[in-house]
Amino acid sequence: MLNRKKIQDLMTEPGCATNQAKSEKERKKGCGKQLVPGAAAGGCAFDGAKIALQPITDVVHLVHGPIACEGNSWDTRNTGSSGPELYRRGFTTDMTNLDIVSGGEKKLYKAIRQAINKHNPPAVFVYQTCVTALIGDDIVAVCRAATERMGVPVIPVEAPGFVGSKNLGNRLAGEALIDYVIGTREPDDAGPTDINILGEYNVAGEMDIVRALLERLGIRLRTAITGDARYNDVAAAHTARANMVVCSQALVTLARKMKERWGIPYFEGSFYGISDTSEALRAIASMLIERGADPALMDRTEALIAEEEAKTWARMEPYRARLAGKRVLLYTGGVKSWSVIHALQEMGMEVVGSSVRKSTEADKQKALERLGGDEDKLVDAIAPKDMYAMFKEGRADIMLSGGRSQFVALKAKTPWLDINQERHHQYAGYDGMVTLVQQMDLALSNPIWEQVRRPAPWEVEE
Amino acid sequence: MALIVSHGHSVTSNPLKLSAPLGASMAFMGMDGTMPLLHGSQGCTAFALVMLVRHFREAIPLQTTAMNEVSTILGGMDQVEAALLNIAKRTKPKIIGLISTALTETRGEDMKGDLKLILARNPELADIKVIPVSAPDFTGSLETGWGKAVTAIINALAEPASARAQECNRINILPGVHLTPGDIEHLVELVEEFGLKANVLPDLSGSVDGHVPDHFIPTTLGGATVENARALGRAKLTIAIGEHMRISAETLQERTGVPYVLFDRLTGLEASDRLMVCLSTAAGKPVPAKIRRARSQLIDAMLDGHFYFGGRKFAIAGEPDFLWSWAKLINDMGGELAAAITSVHAAHLTQLPCQQVIIGDFQDMEDQILEAGGADLVISNTNARLSCQSLGIPHFRAGFPVYDRLGGAHRVHVGYRGTRDLIFQLANVLIEHPGHDHGPVHQPQQTTEHDHVATPALG
Repeated sequence: MLNRKKIQDLMTEPGCATNQAKSEKERKKGCGKQLVPGAAAGGCAFDGAKIALQPITDVVHLVHGPIACEGNSWDTRNTGSSGPELYRRGFTTDMTNLDIVSGGEKKLYKAIRQAINKHNPPAVFVYQTCVTALIGDDIVAVCRAATERMGVPVIPVEAPGFVGSKNLGNRLAGEALIDYVIGTREPDDAGPTDINILGEYNVAGEMDIVRALLERLGIRLRTAITGDARYNDVAAAHTARANMVVCSQALVTLARKMKERWGIPYFEGSFYGISDTSEALRAIASMLIERGADPALMDRTEALIAEEEAKTWARMEPYRARLAGKRVLLYTGGVKSWSVIHALQEMGMEVVGSSVRKSTEADKQKALERLGGDEDKLVDAIAPKDMYAMFKEGRADIMLSGGRSQFVALKAKTPWLDINQERHHQYAGYDGMVTLVQQMDLALSNPIWEQVRRPAPWEVEE
Repeated sequence: MALIVSHGHSVTSNPLKLSAPLGASMAFMGMDGTMPLLHGSQGCTAFALVMLVRHFREAIPLQTTAMNEVSTILGGMDQVEAALLNIAKRTKPKIIGLISTALTETRGEDMKGDLKLILARNPELADIKVIPVSAPDFTGSLETGWGKAVTAIINALAEPASARAQECNRINILPGVHLTPGDIEHLVELVEEFGLKANVLPDLSGSVDGHVPDHFIPTTLGGATVENARALGRAKLTIAIGEHMRISAETLQERTGVPYVLFDRLTGLEASDRLMVCLSTAAGKPVPAKIRRARSQLIDAMLDGHFYFGGRKFAIAGEPDFLWSWAKLINDMGGELAAAITSVHAAHLTQLPCQQVIIGDFQDMEDQILEAGGADLVISNTNARLSCQSLGIPHFRAGFPVYDRLGGAHRVHVGYRGTRDLIFQLANVLIEHPGHDHGPVHQPQQTTEHDHVATPALG
């Protein structure tokens, strides 16, 4: 079975702001919330591990388990690649009843060999699942043997679904990277302005926006962990001079361990929202300067920020009149809500509610400030029924959320915008904020709303 | 005659197979006021949920017993009990479909036995029909799970009817998972044309047909009711569609004495003829003029359409009865099967007009197409898109899941009208892609970033 100690450590991560805010006793309890049977939502630890690692584009991701784990989920996330497409293929050992009776280690070994022979990848990631963990398949041993005999790194990812939530799976994925991948390759081109971005998955290919901003400052993105990443870049991630952690609850342990092992400083930031983007760029610049980069970098950064902010607000100006007074329900997990709240408020919109399910305490505080201290507007989770009522009663004009709650809004004949991993628009950075505003305007101003809300002729009371 | 062969690889690459619990969940989607509950870790539910939401574009009720490490070791009975009580309190369903998964079946859980104990000690569950279904992921596929759930529903609810309660104009319909809400809707219309009443179970056309209810419903929002299921015994005949519905139809016959007719498919002229003869006999009425007209239109469609099918090569990948239905239609129209791929073994597929049927994945489909020197059209679900892109072959989306096209739920494949429209849709794609020869198709890209040469897959 899994290393309990490892999970315990992840649950009491000292680098996590939420944990820091807790009392000593609370902290020891760990952050694993017990899932409520019959009232749970969200993915399992395997799901989380897969989300965190699958964006590595040039490797084979092989799921060791029965068909549901991969057959029901492959190629459904909209993470982009600027090159290899191998990561989109679904690989599984498809364990059937006979395999389970006789044990799956041999089948896994053969599957690894077949995948390597066919696709010639720089590495294979092998994912443990509930059933194969239960029958005691030792994937670490199989991966070790495969690595030795096939000459290709085969990395075990031990995050079977039943160990916990999606978020824990994200963290276990980070553990796999620190244990087996990062630091295994010494690049010949390490430079003074190399950085990594942790917890960025290149949804809708939006890293293009971030990369372009960094390039204008002469900063090189060694790799994201793991958006649009190549295996060899992740293996060399330890040579970066600074780490930025986005989606902080997922990979902060990885950041802390990279700091301890290789002295790479890190900060938590976000590229969602105008002010956050600027703050992130400043933080990157100052960290790099501290570690020996040319101090002129800060001047260039400030110049770029001033230019981009002015340009962005100017581009958003035409929408202000159209969006002013509209009420938004922001229902999302990973994205740092407060910065987006700021931008929406700048557009004259009213944020009637914002979920803080996956936000840190500091984020909650900032969001609360933005919402004028109204705690009622900060919600953990809204039951679909209550959400539906909000729309029916006209308390919100538009919802920004993930695909799962999409139909609650649409069935209540309310505009909806996808801001989660299945979306098709890039919302990061300065340009992304303009896109978000444009998309909101398109959704709100669509002529269908007036038509579909009009009652049928025979329903009109005289 | 076709040989059914397993692909024989240890690695499944781009899976075609879907899980049986997902199929079982879908069957419960066709029951009114229902909450399906997967007994497994929460990912089992999350993956199935996302897939159903994306395919049907509807809010989907689906819950989990949220098995964790401790309950996996000690047993999941407490999880089941807590889940049932939570659901009963929060959503007040009429039916809860309790579906096992690979996790709970591997640890050898006695779910049915546990359920008896749970129901006995919780009077608040008395008004809810809790229907247990054993559908582990490691056996079968989507159609398997659907069939098992329908059988379980019949076993739990169907009652034999007294002679007085029998209605001579009543017909049961047991549709397979390959029928869309649009198919069911059309089938009911046809039955009603003969003056017969249809009792459909499960009935996706009542729940996931895309209607907009005027208030929030946390369970399924339509479909066959508990009363519908109870009244199955009152019909004079059961019509089951698809080989995977045979056990359900037999079970219903055993329980209620209602005889059944199993249709291997309802797509195509000959298949539709058989349906009309059956309905006409059951109703004791001639085939209505409207339907005769539709038959004539289908014949015209076949005359107009056959030019575009003759000599063209098709690759079809899907669940056994999906494959059967489409492959027979293509064969009816003069097309050739270049690749026939399915997810699990099904004996009737030996009757398909091709050399072999492979139990495999989309990699096998690609390999088969290359071996056949190309194909003109791939008929499969959305998951075939990577293969179609890399081979440069047009892709006609059908089956489950289809999440990158709209209207799948409303497409009609059955009867004269359904077949007529389908021929037009297919012919239009074939006209757009004339493909005069089967010259070299695009070879899939080889990874060139690494030095050592790729060797073909072993075993």
